[in-house]
Amino acid sequence: MDTIAFYVFAAIAILASLGVIGQRNPMHSVMLLITSFGALAGLYILLQAPFSAVTQIIIYAGAIMVLFLFVVMLLNVPREEPAPITAAGVLGPTGLKIGAVLSVLLAIEVVWALSRLGPTWFGQDADAAGVSSVSRIGHALFTQHAFAFEATSILILVAMVGAVVLARKEH
Amino acid sequence: MVPLNYYLILSGILFSIGTAGVFLRRNLITVLLSIEIMLNAVNLTFVAVGRYLGSVDGQIITFFVMTVAAAEAAVGLALVIALFRHRETLSPDAYTSLKW
Repeated sequence: MDTIAFYVFAAIAILASLGVIGQRNPMHSVMLLITSFGALAGLYILLQAPFSAVTQIIIYAGAIMVLFLFVVMLLNVPREEPAPITAAGVLGPTGLKIGAVLSVLLAIEVVWALSRLGPTWFGQDADAAGVSSVSRIGHALFTQHAFAFEATSILILVAMVGAVVLARKEH
Repeated sequence: MVPLNYYLILSGILFSIGTAGVFLRRNLITVLLSIEIMLNAVNLTFVAVGRYLGSVDGQIITFFVMTVAAAEAAVGLALVIALFRHRETLSPDAYTSLKW
């Protein structure tokens, strides 16, 4: 059961991500990315991490992707313009080919290296009870990682001010 | 049960797809979306290894990555809006004034 669910979610995540970088229309890309995030949330559930699954849906699929959709609609650029032929330099057609080769090499290398190892099994579900406990996460977050948590709030504040300053109309 | 390796392989594949998107796409918004794919691949690794080690730290760092991604998306999209207002295009090839 778990194995089937893993393969289904993994296939959805990979196909949707491929769709994101294959689409010409940014609106479709954003929708496919939301699908991919939903599949990842399913994988988090399989990994006994309900907290991560819910934050994935609420923060990523909910907040961040709505922001992206908002900008895509605001700018109203339905299609990517084809690359100008005169564009020389690093980002020319040769650069694109090198980029594609590098990404394929990275994928092959990671899959090769990881498949050479023997399978590493997870602990029993009884051990997982501690990992999936939201109260344990909250406790660690507000004691052990309290400084990082507070620093994050400053970061969000700075990002908010930065976004307002950058996107405002100049007079 | 699915071993840890499968999750790591899936994460590696997703990260490579994100890298390919950054390299191949000529649209600033799609490049930002590809960066989100890469961040999510890393999140999957953190959660899987955290589950393997029986520690909640993997999920906590995932939480921090998500907040940083939210900040990055807000600032990145504000930059995209400012750039678009300037040149009326989203192609990164149009913004080469800093290129020597």
